[in-house]
Amino acid sequence: MQQALTGNEAMALAMKQSNPDVVTGFPITPVSDILQIFSKYISDGKSDAEFVPAESEHSVASICFGASAAGARAFTCSASQGLELMHEILHIISGTRLPVVVASSSRALSGPINVHGDHSDFMGMRGTSWIQLFSENAQESYDNFIQAVKIAETAMLPAIVSSDGFFTSHNLERVETLGDKNVSDFVGVYSPKYNILNTNKPITIGPLSLPDSFMEIKKSQSEAMIESKKIISKVAQKFKSISGREYNWFKEYKLQGAEIAIVVMGSTAESAIPVVDVLRKKGIKAGILSLRVFRPFPADELMAALKNLNSIAVLDRSDAFSGQGGPLFEEVKSSLYRLNKKPKIINRTFGLGGREIDEEMIGRVFEELQKLVKGKKIDEFGYMGLKI
Amino acid sequence: MDLHELAKQKPKFESGHRLCAGCGAGIVAHQTMLACENRNVVVINATGCIEVTTTVFPYTAWKVPWIHCALENAAATASGIEMAYKSLKRKGRIKKDIKFIVLAGDGGTYDIGLQSLSGMLERGHNVLYICYNNEAYMNTGYQRSGATPLHTETTTRPWGKKIHGKPVRQKNLTAIAEAHNIPYVAQAATAFDNDYIEKVRLGLAVKGPTLINVISPCRLGWGHPANMAYEISRLSVETCFWPLYEIRNGRFRITYRPKKIEPLENFLKFQKRFDHLMMPENEKDLDELKIIVEEEWNALVRRENCNRVCTRIVDTKIE
Amino acid sequence: MAKKDKYFGGIISDPGSTLKYKTYVWRDGIKPVWDKEKCKNCMKCFINCPDNAIKVDKNGNMAGHKYDYCKGCGICAQVCPFNAITMRKE
Repeated sequence: MQQALTGNEAMALAMKQSNPDVVTGFPITPVSDILQIFSKYISDGKSDAEFVPAESEHSVASICFGASAAGARAFTCSASQGLELMHEILHIISGTRLPVVVASSSRALSGPINVHGDHSDFMGMRGTSWIQLFSENAQESYDNFIQAVKIAETAMLPAIVSSDGFFTSHNLERVETLGDKNVSDFVGVYSPKYNILNTNKPITIGPLSLPDSFMEIKKSQSEAMIESKKIISKVAQKFKSISGREYNWFKEYKLQGAEIAIVVMGSTAESAIPVVDVLRKKGIKAGILSLRVFRPFPADELMAALKNLNSIAVLDRSDAFSGQGGPLFEEVKSSLYRLNKKPKIINRTFGLGGREIDEEMIGRVFEELQKLVKGKKIDEFGYMGLKI
Repeated sequence: MDLHELAKQKPKFESGHRLCAGCGAGIVAHQTMLACENRNVVVINATGCIEVTTTVFPYTAWKVPWIHCALENAAATASGIEMAYKSLKRKGRIKKDIKFIVLAGDGGTYDIGLQSLSGMLERGHNVLYICYNNEAYMNTGYQRSGATPLHTETTTRPWGKKIHGKPVRQKNLTAIAEAHNIPYVAQAATAFDNDYIEKVRLGLAVKGPTLINVISPCRLGWGHPANMAYEISRLSVETCFWPLYEIRNGRFRITYRPKKIEPLENFLKFQKRFDHLMMPENEKDLDELKIIVEEEWNALVRRENCNRVCTRIVDTKIE
Repeated sequence: MAKKDKYFGGIISDPGSTLKYKTYVWRDGIKPVWDKEKCKNCMKCFINCPDNAIKVDKNGNMAGHKYDYCKGCGICAQVCPFNAITMRKE
């Protein structure tokens, strides 16, 4: 059914339809709406989940940990400072292999405080062993959340589904939603292999692991992350059969036979489409790669998609402060390292703290790429849209 | 309460754990699990002595479901489990009755864990929270905590020329818990096993959040001989250093009144952490501590007397 | 689905497995010795043992010490009101 929904509304709906047992949260811009919408579902009896208004995000994550360990499907929503406050527990959730799912819409990290959209909170999670999916728009936010529930419970790893804060979370769009039963059947019932409430088979969760066992436990976790790639594909296939919509590691727009391209995550990919259309009309072979799955990182697939290009610009909506470019740039560059003949690659940082990006700015990046193709010298790193 | 009946139980907390020989916390865990009798229980343990020593992978001393998350969030973790239980029971996916017990030290409760505890108490989760109080962050090397008493020596507030141990008094967690309007709060000591076990039973039976603050001697942190955990726990109560009381739905009651209050020195003298305090040149500091102990005790006695008076008034039905 | 993996999530599925870890090696040359004649079965030793190292018979009465686990702390001897337990050299 077609509905006009914002990114937040779409995720709240996906959350409800996925039949959670426990939903908890603490307000944080720009995802507080999800919590409010969900509380209304509960007050109106439209969801039978237990709602826990926690006193901080650290407790939100702990409540999700406990609930998931007790065999309950546990969801929350957070971003930015909230996600940061949860950090200690995020590692514990994934280390304990619990399929908690977090709905998010990325916002800048303080300081100073900025409540607008950029990817720093999402990138800040990259060592946490969470499955990370990024959506371009409200439709993808809806679809990705539903798939994330299934992926998380099959891989026994937690997952976060994010998008551009405000640009997607608050943007009213046309969303094709599935029926309650379709989603319910798709996600099924959460039946974990181990459960703290099983008093017949008491288990100990969260022991002290000394140097003689810690590495093996971590290796097991690492292998699960690698295994999850197969699961993500399978779930996407199954999702296609109920929705007709196809999902993959990334989306390619006119990347076939392209000579230059931008690699980006989020709504900016959509903004770049008219730019590429104009270039293509002029005979310039331009394309876009929009990344959906950030963790596990699809290095092989990315390498295969980009290997025949001449020059690539990776657009980062956050800074890694390493002096060597943004986090997406680091990952893409490193996945291309195995190629004998590597495309030229530059990095542009844009849109920090909700700074707008427009077609003109994207057009200028493609101009730089064209210069790069002709062998001109172009700065490897740089900012777009800076006032100074 | 029949100790023989309790002793016949299959242990829920087994031997072979690595708590120090003579550890007061071990006695807390032991008595707590015995008090559970044949109930289904899940233990949520904060990081600390009990947690690290009883669950060294791949061994666990626990024969009940047991979970540890982090230091400051045992209450939040328990909240999540209890909500999951409530949700799944309501949906018919679980049929058993299960009780939830948090075991956390003063480290994970008074300071870093206070927020999480407060949230759990305010939201009214059906969880029994037991704070085993050894009055410092013992597991990490006897550093001071919000539960450390005035002029007590700890590694982060050592006794020196300028500063005499901890320069401030401890906070009153039991009162903080009470201020959340929970149905049952108590202070206990394992030396009074009858009293403690009854309190645990009550804490489990009452619907809603309940809290017991139980004193837990630490032989390395307090500096006492290995065989003195019982005696020091007993003396903490007999000197009124650690009064035993409970508040049931707002009704206050002292559960043990020493027949003759022993001088505070009897409790302090066995513990190296009070060595400096016991020196004659530090008499002034010792007096400060004594005054606090005395005033606290007197306040409790007055409160109980006041309760009795109020009850009498209610009983005589004054119109 | 979770694989059959003994390191999965660091979870221990063997309740009470500390029984495989015999802590008697911690004893420092002394152990508690129980005098059955003096014992009145008050169970004060049992309720105050941090290591659950007091043996209990089927009637819930004192039946000696579990020497595999007793760490020799001496609490039982100190607590006993009838001097039925004394600490002796091993």
